[in-house]
Amino acid sequence: MLKAWADIWRWSVLVPAFVLALPVIIVFGSLLSPQPEVWAHLRATVLADYVINSVILAFGTGFGALLIGTGTAWLVAQYQFTGRRVMEWLLLLPLAMPAYIIAYTYTGMLDFAGPVQTTLRQWSGWSYGDYWFPEIRSLWGAVLMLALVLYPYVYMLARNAFREQSSSLLEASRTLGMTPRQHFWKVALPLARPALLTGMALAMMEALADYGTVQYFGVPTFTTGLFRTWFGMGNRVAAAQLAAMLTSFVLLLLFLERWSRRKIRYFYHGQRQVNIRRRLSPWQQRSALLICLLPVIFGFVIPAAQLTFWATETWHYTLDQRFATLVWNTFSLAAIAAVISVLLALLFAYAKRLRRDLLVQAPVRIAALGYAVPGTVIAIGVMIPLAWLDTHIDLLAEEWFGIRTGLLLSGTLVALVLAYSVRFLAVSLHSVEAGLDRIKPGMDNAARSLGCTPVQVLGRVHVPLLRGSVLSALLLVFVDVLKELPATLILRPFNFNTLAVRAHELASDERLADAALPALAIVLVGLLPVIWLARSVDQRSKGNS
Amino acid sequence: MKLKQTAVLLWAGLAGLAVNTAELLAAEVNIYSARQEELIKPLLDKFTADTGIKVNLITGNPDELISRIASEGRNSPADVLISTDVGRLYRAKQQDVLQSIQSDVLTTTIPEALRDPAGLWFGLTMRARPILYVPGKVDPAELSTYEDLASPKWKGRICIRSSNNIYNQSMTASLIAHDGAAAAESWAKGLVANFAMPPKGGDRDQIKAAAAGVCDIAIANTYYLGGMLADPRDKVEAEKVKVFWPNQDGRGTHINISGAGVAKYAPNKAQAVQLLEYMTGAEAQQWYAEANHEYPVRTDVKASAVLQGFGEFKADQLQLDKLGELNAEAIRVMDRAGWK
Amino acid sequence: MLALEQLAIAYGPHTVVRDISLSLAQGQIGCLVGPSGCGKTTLLRAIAGFEPVSNGRITLQQQQVSAPGDTLSPELRHVGMVFQDFALFPHLTVADNISFGLKNQSRAARRDRVKQLLQLVGLPDLGQRYIHQLSGGQQQRVALARALAPEPRVLLLDEPFSSLDAELREALARDIRSILKKLSITAIMVTHDQFEAFTMADMVGVMDHGNLQQWATPYELYHKPANRFVADFIGRGVLLPGTMLDSQQVETSLGVFNQYYVSDARTGDKVDVLIRPDDIVHDDISGVTATVTDKSFRGSHILYTLALGTGEQVLCLALSHHNHSIGEKIGIRLDLDHLVMFPRG
Repeated sequence: MLKAWADIWRWSVLVPAFVLALPVIIVFGSLLSPQPEVWAHLRATVLADYVINSVILAFGTGFGALLIGTGTAWLVAQYQFTGRRVMEWLLLLPLAMPAYIIAYTYTGMLDFAGPVQTTLRQWSGWSYGDYWFPEIRSLWGAVLMLALVLYPYVYMLARNAFREQSSSLLEASRTLGMTPRQHFWKVALPLARPALLTGMALAMMEALADYGTVQYFGVPTFTTGLFRTWFGMGNRVAAAQLAAMLTSFVLLLLFLERWSRRKIRYFYHGQRQVNIRRRLSPWQQRSALLICLLPVIFGFVIPAAQLTFWATETWHYTLDQRFATLVWNTFSLAAIAAVISVLLALLFAYAKRLRRDLLVQAPVRIAALGYAVPGTVIAIGVMIPLAWLDTHIDLLAEEWFGIRTGLLLSGTLVALVLAYSVRFLAVSLHSVEAGLDRIKPGMDNAARSLGCTPVQVLGRVHVPLLRGSVLSALLLVFVDVLKELPATLILRPFNFNTLAVRAHELASDERLADAALPALAIVLVGLLPVIWLARSVDQRSKGNS
Repeated sequence: MKLKQTAVLLWAGLAGLAVNTAELLAAEVNIYSARQEELIKPLLDKFTADTGIKVNLITGNPDELISRIASEGRNSPADVLISTDVGRLYRAKQQDVLQSIQSDVLTTTIPEALRDPAGLWFGLTMRARPILYVPGKVDPAELSTYEDLASPKWKGRICIRSSNNIYNQSMTASLIAHDGAAAAESWAKGLVANFAMPPKGGDRDQIKAAAAGVCDIAIANTYYLGGMLADPRDKVEAEKVKVFWPNQDGRGTHINISGAGVAKYAPNKAQAVQLLEYMTGAEAQQWYAEANHEYPVRTDVKASAVLQGFGEFKADQLQLDKLGELNAEAIRVMDRAGWK
Repeated sequence: MLALEQLAIAYGPHTVVRDISLSLAQGQIGCLVGPSGCGKTTLLRAIAGFEPVSNGRITLQQQQVSAPGDTLSPELRHVGMVFQDFALFPHLTVADNISFGLKNQSRAARRDRVKQLLQLVGLPDLGQRYIHQLSGGQQQRVALARALAPEPRVLLLDEPFSSLDAELREALARDIRSILKKLSITAIMVTHDQFEAFTMADMVGVMDHGNLQQWATPYELYHKPANRFVADFIGRGVLLPGTMLDSQQVETSLGVFNQYYVSDARTGDKVDVLIRPDDIVHDDISGVTATVTDKSFRGSHILYTLALGTGEQVLCLALSHHNHSIGEKIGIRLDLDHLVMFPRG
């Protein structure tokens, strides 16, 4: 028996967990040094905008995603109609589309000089001011964009929740005098509530974390305000304080979500029955298909088609050596981040499995909260301590050895990789833990009793069983890094633009068509996990029927 | 514990990757550029090929880059800051992130108005912000000066972007410099009253709006029009407007520059100066100006064919440093005038 | 009260239930048994209104509720149903589950009704619990209370005991029968367990391949099975080949038996005679002997499989102190109350 302090597992968790929690600690620590002048200015001018816009953005997106996700999930889970099986995974496609990219494409299409309004004017003979047209570059435009790409979070969870509801529940309602519609409102929806709220909370967190869309649409929110305060006004502490406010919002949301789920374990008690999907008349089938197609068309097909069109117009000069370098940079960065994130996840998951005490469990859970923290917040939380460390290392190195070390940490990939690890640990941890859960402790014992050494157990039992979940963790983090914009924008070192940064820069420079190629590359790679997700969904539904 | 090896293994993996990622910085020249990578990288590649000096580039929003240099302090690896407008160069100067450079090559090739008096920044290319009009709807004879755009005859006919934009801030600053703050404010009020639509989008959007019939006059930088004319997708719309050079009988058309300065704590100062001098060379000027649809700062280098199509013009000779100085005043003037 | 007339149910071209006629009087409990896939659950769901019928009709209190192309929605039928998995609503308390179907009633009336039903099913104190806090048997009672709350015209029970422990089943079945009888509720239960059916039902229907083989009282089913399938499905027993000596006597390897009524069988016809285990009495002094080939101990009884001299096998239920080992020859005597036989071939 080892002494507690000499236990390598315990330290293996405590140290990295502290490092991963540091950005958030720093952000909240900033509250200790008040910045009265800046806050007086912010309060007088923009703070109300930040709060109101962020709240509208989060709730607007949340409810939008809830509406689309729940409606489509109910249709595919409860009714039989032509095309239902295909719709089941087509509805996931918008997951591959980052919100800022869909924002670029719709701006290009719907602006007053874009094809839609131009055609409208040519067709009607109106000129500007003669007609009303919704302004896409607005808060509600941003809500729409975000809801269109974030609804799959609600959809996935809602579909599973509806599918798990035994069809005898509906029949019970009907024998008790309820119509199918009354059943939906009185039974199906309340039963799925925990899943719906979780999906909605995820969508809201993503909306609060969004920088690319609101920045492009010029909507002042916490994330854009944070940038402005940090870089425009040059006040990093005040920016960190804004970040602390934003993070409090998110944590409150997280807390509410957990709280609303506290009864969830009661909810999956009943026996499962094969769910018989209700048949629809041909006319109803067509409407169901149409309702399911709409979010896919607007959330994926139209933007993807627009991007493809732009890319075909521009590829002859955008697809060059430098684009290849860009892709290489992006992919290698994403790969490094994915590998580190998965190694950390393995470390944490094994530690959690082997040490069931609070000293290991709690730090892992805290470190995994990073997924809720917006990228801008993590960036500032990473930048402050690393810059401080750099300054001191540099001073010491000069004093003792007469050399300058410069920005050893904050000016290199270390900062970026650390930020990614904070943000995406939960993604890899979730996947790895799910894999590890399948390896029951009994299997270790069985393998040992059959003559395996511990290392052989690892090689012959754990590695093969974990391979799938490790691969999926790698893939998920890889794609998330690929799409990540604000933290990358702030922390990237020399010569290290990513596809997302490039698309953002070109779009900001009013060159939407040139931004299409990098954007399309992100979307195409982003499709990989969606396809993988769709396949696993497909296999599950086959197993069910 | 039996699986201790696993922990050791995982740690070794992490350490290996960390070492890999923390690549050490070599003695090269490090550029913080607000100019987009593809509009500057070919020139930098050529610089590397000609001089053997490796160039490291980071691009971004100019304000972010300046803040970054400031917060990095004496540890900053930045050698050169490249900006796309003089306002930001002045801001960098104010934030004390630049250092003064004495270079005969730079002072002789760059006109005095286009560089900082103390040698903190140097103009590399030049652009004008002329009036663009739709022939047929506007008779060029009606047009005269920036000041005239505040006249009621242009009511509902002008497109211009938001006052958040630095080009408008610089333009307003030039009016303050020439006419005084009070006159500039009443001018801004008149201009706002003549807007055809609330300001939105960038300069290209103003040109497109004019082409689409939203307004008769758009104000935009020359390189946006040049860029649109060179792009087959925008060419048709860009050809619907013509350039009018305002204030030709007086001080000349408002101009701005893209430029660069050497960072205060530049670790590679010699290479930084070498790069700036390289960029003012005739060949580099030709390429750099043409790639960006801008005018070279060297008078002995000709502008691109597209720009020559706009015609010759007289440029405002105001010392550009002044624009930076008046920038904050300009924002207040525009805020008071209700320019969104 | 409840009547099914020449009912048929089809999924597309595939008929799953055909030509079923049966009826229940007010307060009668009916039961449908049969192997899985025989169509009994489909029939129950048709009565509830979940399956349309392709032929015939269903009437409830003289009201036609199902006919081809004319299906009254389940929610309009006033039919109560207890589901195999209970289908209780996990987000509601016991009391809320029970009052779920009570519409257009005042809050107080509903509360009283819930209280009354909880009392009836023997769970007076559990109204505020959630479903997951109840045992399986308690959930069953809540499901029953919920189905009874709106005073349905007929109660349908779909394998209501299949998810419960064996020892719970019988007690619960008896309890439920007494509740239904007390309230004079007409009910139909579906089960694959004939003993459950015997415990609960006044009338039992045996179904196979979509056909109703027999609709009769439990006693009749056991003792007067209408055909080989029913004889085989209900109870245990073997069919012993025999030959008719005349229209009333049949000769088998166990001897000659008389039947008291005149059948249309003719001399020389080959028949099979149903022999139940309880028809064969172990009797040491009997001259007829058989060899024990298998035995299974049943506590109070032992079930012997015996080989007759002719090679045929019969079952014998003997008191458990008559313990014989395999291979032993024991004396048996036939104690047939009445003869059940089916023509062979």
